[in-house]
Amino acid sequence: MSALNTGRTAVPTQTGVGAAVRTRLRGRRRDTGAIWRGLFFASAIFLVISIAAILVMVGRQAAALFTQVRPLAFLFGRVWAPEHGLYGALPFLVGSLAATGLALLIGVPLGLAGAIYLAKLATPRAQRVMRPAIELLAGIPSVVYGWVGLTALVPFIRRHSGHVTGFGLLAAGVVLAVMVLPTFISLAEDALRAVPQDIEHGSLALGTTRWQTIAHVLIPAAWPGIAAAGILSMARAIGETMAVQMVLGNSPVIPAGLIVPASTLTSEIVLEMGSTPQGSPANNALFAMGLLLLLISLGLIIAVRATRKEATAGVRQAH
Amino acid sequence: MTAEAMSPLKIVPMVPKVVSPAPEAPEMATLAGQAETDREVEPAVRVRGLTVAYGSTPGIKSIDLDLPERSVTALIGPSGCGKSTFLRALNRMNELFQGVATAGEVLVRWDGQFQNIYAPGVDLVELRKRVGMVFQRPNPFPKSIFENVVYGPRHHGVSNRALLAEAAEEALHQAALWDEVKDKLNAPAAALSGGQQQRLCIARALAVRPDVILMDEPTASLDPISTGKIEDLLGKLSKDYTIVIVTHNLQQAARVSHKTAFFLNGELIEAAPTLQMMTNPRDRRTENYVTGRFG
Amino acid sequence: MSAKRIDQIARWTVTAAAGLILLVLGYILGSVLINGLPVLSWHFLTSRSSNLEPGGGISMQIFNTIYIVTLSMLIAVPIGLGAGVYLAEYARPGRLTSLIRLATESLASVPSIVFGLFGMIVFANAAGLGFSRLGGAATLAILNLPLIVRVSEEAIRAVPADLRHASLALGATKEQTIFSAVLPAAVGRLATGVTLAAGRALGESAVLIATAGMSSPRYLTFDPLASGETLAVHLWAVNAENSLSDAARIANGTAAFLILAMLAVSLGIGWFARRLDRRLAGQG
Repeated sequence: MSALNTGRTAVPTQTGVGAAVRTRLRGRRRDTGAIWRGLFFASAIFLVISIAAILVMVGRQAAALFTQVRPLAFLFGRVWAPEHGLYGALPFLVGSLAATGLALLIGVPLGLAGAIYLAKLATPRAQRVMRPAIELLAGIPSVVYGWVGLTALVPFIRRHSGHVTGFGLLAAGVVLAVMVLPTFISLAEDALRAVPQDIEHGSLALGTTRWQTIAHVLIPAAWPGIAAAGILSMARAIGETMAVQMVLGNSPVIPAGLIVPASTLTSEIVLEMGSTPQGSPANNALFAMGLLLLLISLGLIIAVRATRKEATAGVRQAH
Repeated sequence: MTAEAMSPLKIVPMVPKVVSPAPEAPEMATLAGQAETDREVEPAVRVRGLTVAYGSTPGIKSIDLDLPERSVTALIGPSGCGKSTFLRALNRMNELFQGVATAGEVLVRWDGQFQNIYAPGVDLVELRKRVGMVFQRPNPFPKSIFENVVYGPRHHGVSNRALLAEAAEEALHQAALWDEVKDKLNAPAAALSGGQQQRLCIARALAVRPDVILMDEPTASLDPISTGKIEDLLGKLSKDYTIVIVTHNLQQAARVSHKTAFFLNGELIEAAPTLQMMTNPRDRRTENYVTGRFG
Repeated sequence: MSAKRIDQIARWTVTAAAGLILLVLGYILGSVLINGLPVLSWHFLTSRSSNLEPGGGISMQIFNTIYIVTLSMLIAVPIGLGAGVYLAEYARPGRLTSLIRLATESLASVPSIVFGLFGMIVFANAAGLGFSRLGGAATLAILNLPLIVRVSEEAIRAVPADLRHASLALGATKEQTIFSAVLPAAVGRLATGVTLAAGRALGESAVLIATAGMSSPRYLTFDPLASGETLAVHLWAVNAENSLSDAARIANGTAAFLILAMLAVSLGIGWFARRLDRRLAGQG
């Protein structure tokens, strides 16, 4: 202590604070580490348990349906009439696939253009506008998309097509296209930026135009990443519920056109889940549709994993 | 350390003219780097056959070296020669990098006897309380100055506010930082200058009360004035601590160290009192290096 | 056509597409706010909704939304952060780690309506809670877990190794290092991620319809077992039920309120990000 008070540089002493702190420091410590390690691990395992529980719980209800309805009659049945014991989910499956396909048809070209713009053409200032805009687009709640679709897009389609309502796959496809844009753009932009610059410079040095380089070098090189962006957008579109339900018109038949009322797996589930008694075949059929959605989503995730592996392999080759 | 002593002049003039008469009378030499030829210092750390490999590439090969107690040992050599790897082997920090394999023995004086830190069952936490470390770039925690200094004591079970405050003051005095920060102990450490941050990191290491302090090019990212302050500090600290410093700067080694070890391509070429290394090395390669013919 | 001309046209097309995206965003935000802001009177924000007569407000829905989002974050953040710490600091490459990562990615891809089905069967039916705020929040928490795990892991990995080494070199244990050095240094990014997740929870509805339900208790209560219709669910329900003459007015107001809440969350994220930048700059 005296060392402190004399103003001289203190040195460790065997008395006073030095000794006191030293004794404590060299003492045994209580090891709570193991408890924390256990909690961290348990948290991680909780994720595994969650996905397993979802598969089991949804799968169990679906299995209950299949004791009464043959899986093929469910999957390929064209008529959905629970009151007559008919549980054909084909209209919904077709609706989901058609709406998703339409969304990608519109969303992917637009999104790819947006990604190219952001990755290669936009000035820093334009980027400062575009990036937050895309984040906002991602943040808009899906019911709000549905509400705008219902109050603006559906009447617009009605006016310009001459159809009675304006509901249908076209409206769903357009709404979904906008909704998948943020997912697609951010992933595709990452893919474009991940292409090594020397490849690009190599092409430019040969006297090609900027666009030739983008179209013939950049996009092919980034292709696996762009494909992954497309697949994830597809997963997002096929699982989207509220916005789609609000603009579809909800008719459980295989749609005869793009501007007639239709249904998807998700829209049918959300409409009926609260109003069918638990354990009834009609309720179980909703779980079977949920299982179908779940399997499609998991399949898409596996596909994305495969393209990602290809992408890393491609980049490694490029180097 | 005077300003002239820091200028990158030739090496020879920096060698002290005064040789300490006896180890028991550590008159603070105005010039560090006193020759220790006549001083039989007991080692604080003995390294025997130390080999560290990164995957299949050997980092350092079969090193034997004694680190004398209460003095400064400098590790010199060109980049990639293994001096930092050697340093990090002394408190087993190498193990934080994946694929590192270590063989051989590092014997640290531990409660009065030498203990091989690579023996099975050695408590890394206890080891690192005894063998502290200061890094190349100042790396204060995103906390206040005070909380940075008491980080070690706090985690080693000291919770009494008064004890912590006194420990912090003592450590900051030792690191010659007290006068500059005593009025703003609760300010964020990030607000200090680079040199102050590095002295804070030294204080932080001192607060744990280690026996040995490892320093990995502690002045590499600092300006000359801050570097001078830290070199000054080393001289003072060496009265009480065993210090090992990696430096790429020969003048620095000459200014601050008592013993110097020269590494090349993962091998220890030569280790000797600093004066002898700088003026009269035995190995041709050492001579080439200290005379600036390569490196 | 010359290559130069094609280049020009292509650039114009791409730029126009980017402009179109901005226009769509502007239209959505603009129309919602123009239609909805006039509805947002003090009365609308502070009075209860009604199923029977026009003139209802959204006070209970605002309360329920805050309640459920907060509760879901209280559940999801500790678990998600714990899993993020595990993946960033402990997980060794191997089968178990791959399984955890696969589970996280799979969970992230599960459609929200499937979470709704799951929550309905587990919390509302099997656990016997019926439609409850707790059931809704728990389901929402599982939905948000993968996002929180990902941002936590990234935030922790972004902490410089130096800081970890400094702490370990002081003799701190790995767990002490995580709590005292790593997490404090990651707090800016963590806050950004948690805000992002809260924003997502705010707008989520498919999960909540059959877990938290489409009604509110008759009086103000903090009971977690009471049902709790959120704003997003309300916006959907007034349309779906379509029993009120002023359903459109209520929907417009609710949509505008949701958009304003979302903008506030985005601004919050921006604020956290700027704070983070400043801190990093301060550290040199």
